[in-house]
Amino acid sequence: MTTERAIGHPATISRGGASHPLVELTMARLREFVREPEAIFWAVVFPIVMSLALAVAFPARGSQPVRVGVAQGPNADAVRRTLGAAPGIIVRDIGADEERAIREGEVHLVVVPTDPPTYRFDSARDESRVARAVVDDALKRAAGRSDPWTAREQPLNVPGSRYIDWLIPGILGMNIMSTGMWGIAFSIVQARLRKLLKRMVASPMRKSEYLLAQVIARLMFLVPEVTVTLAFGVLAFGMPINGSYAAVAAVCVLGALSFAGLGLLSASRAASIEAISGILNLSMLPMWVLSGVFFSTANFPDVLQPVIHALPLTALNDALRAVVLEGATLRAVGHEIALLAAWGIVPFGLALRMFKWF
Amino acid sequence: MINSPAVRCEHLRKRYSDVVAVDGLSLTVERGECFGLLGPNGAGKTTTIEILEGLLQPDEGHVEVLGLEWRTHEDELRQRLGIQLQETRLAEKLTTEETLRLFRSFYHRGRTVEELLRLVELEGKRASWVGKLSGGQRQRLAIACALAGAPDLLFLDEPTTGLDPQSRRQLWDILDRFRAQGGTVLLTTHYMDEAEALCDRVAVVDRGRIIAVGTPTELIESLGEPKVVTTRGTLEDVFMTLTGRHLRDD
Repeated sequence: MTTERAIGHPATISRGGASHPLVELTMARLREFVREPEAIFWAVVFPIVMSLALAVAFPARGSQPVRVGVAQGPNADAVRRTLGAAPGIIVRDIGADEERAIREGEVHLVVVPTDPPTYRFDSARDESRVARAVVDDALKRAAGRSDPWTAREQPLNVPGSRYIDWLIPGILGMNIMSTGMWGIAFSIVQARLRKLLKRMVASPMRKSEYLLAQVIARLMFLVPEVTVTLAFGVLAFGMPINGSYAAVAAVCVLGALSFAGLGLLSASRAASIEAISGILNLSMLPMWVLSGVFFSTANFPDVLQPVIHALPLTALNDALRAVVLEGATLRAVGHEIALLAAWGIVPFGLALRMFKWF
Repeated sequence: MINSPAVRCEHLRKRYSDVVAVDGLSLTVERGECFGLLGPNGAGKTTTIEILEGLLQPDEGHVEVLGLEWRTHEDELRQRLGIQLQETRLAEKLTTEETLRLFRSFYHRGRTVEELLRLVELEGKRASWVGKLSGGQRQRLAIACALAGAPDLLFLDEPTTGLDPQSRRQLWDILDRFRAQGGTVLLTTHYMDEAEALCDRVAVVDRGRIIAVGTPTELIESLGEPKVVTTRGTLEDVFMTLTGRHLRDD
């Protein structure tokens, strides 16, 4: 009973039931993370939902039938019958407003049944140009055109070259960026707001261990995040993983470290949730758009290319696609790796200089 | 070194852009003593205690804690001090036990987590998230975190502000037990009954200076004739006389 109430100088050595501070700090961060249902959603569920949604919206290209409308006119029925019988064409009923139907993508092309027929379409759209060729071909053949020869066709739909295969590494890259930056920056700013950072600094805790624990915990969430996203791609869509698992893991870890550095830098001074949300959105939004997550970076004009290829997410996406889809070795993506390393080291150094504990 | 006071500071001065928060403050806290800083809001109590805790750098003046200086012995001092800050909110999604385990891991020596839980009577709440604790329980947890390294000196900044009377008494008991083991306490408060109940000596701080220092009894006697003949004056009378009766809203 006497020892129970004693406080002064107990003989207890060791850490009194606690382990090394780095372990405790990392555990604390991991516990906070798994006890936050939203965090699990963004890290694990979100990439799957996103991949599914995009896979449904953009199924394998090329096999899509073209959608065609037929305008009013004396020969309208004949044209409609001809097109309806031709392969790869769907005839849609459209109202009087042909332009609206084209603008909204309801049909790719409208045939006005004059003699010869008139095609109305938006030549800036790929689908419309395809529709023009398909419709033209069908109508001419029905009118009695004979072809000098018919080419043999070899449809190519091998796993690894479809949009979904290209998309999943991009979504993984995007997720490594957002979970890393949000995860690290948010928890630090929250601790600063709660004056918890100040309290920790008032204890003998080593500041470097606190920051290191944030990064270690981040790397630990990376494991389920990457495994679930890639396993989903492989199991649900038959996406191949052509590179070695070690190379894939190395690229993911390097990407996560790089964005951890940026996350630390973003959080180094922000003292409100509004401020950190603004900083994170401002730094991540350009990368969502420019870094080739959903569509190729080649869509942007040449003047932007140097900027796009200097971004860390572009480097991560390019490296992931090269390793996952093309089976590239780490040496082959050396340029991207160097860029990611630079994006990790420089912000990390700046963050350490700028960091405000309270 | 052994005979050096627990805290000694001289001529502390700290200015924020346009306000002088601490204006030439000197004080000495003896070992084993419970010393209270009393003062209205904005008097400079928190700035003073945070300078003594090595969290703020004074513009001028000299600080010695346990005979050591922050500049040269920060690591040792951090190991030997227990600190509770005003307004710290511990991580809500960690349990009481996990929080203590975390803080305990920073110290080379000290009580076990089990002993700390018993000490602040939170054994029944060991598995509860901090976010689910009452105000009094959170404050006891904060004190347990401050006691995790078996400190020689405990700094408490308004430890009972906002607590109900039972929770305040419980905290006082914990402090009594700490002192019974020879621990030194420096606390700030604006509850006069708390200062009277806990402190061996108090200093009244106003506008960044100490305007009176002594035992609660001395200060009350210095007021002279009590206003009501049958009862002795209280520390509250001393406080009001010294700092004035107008409201301090800043």
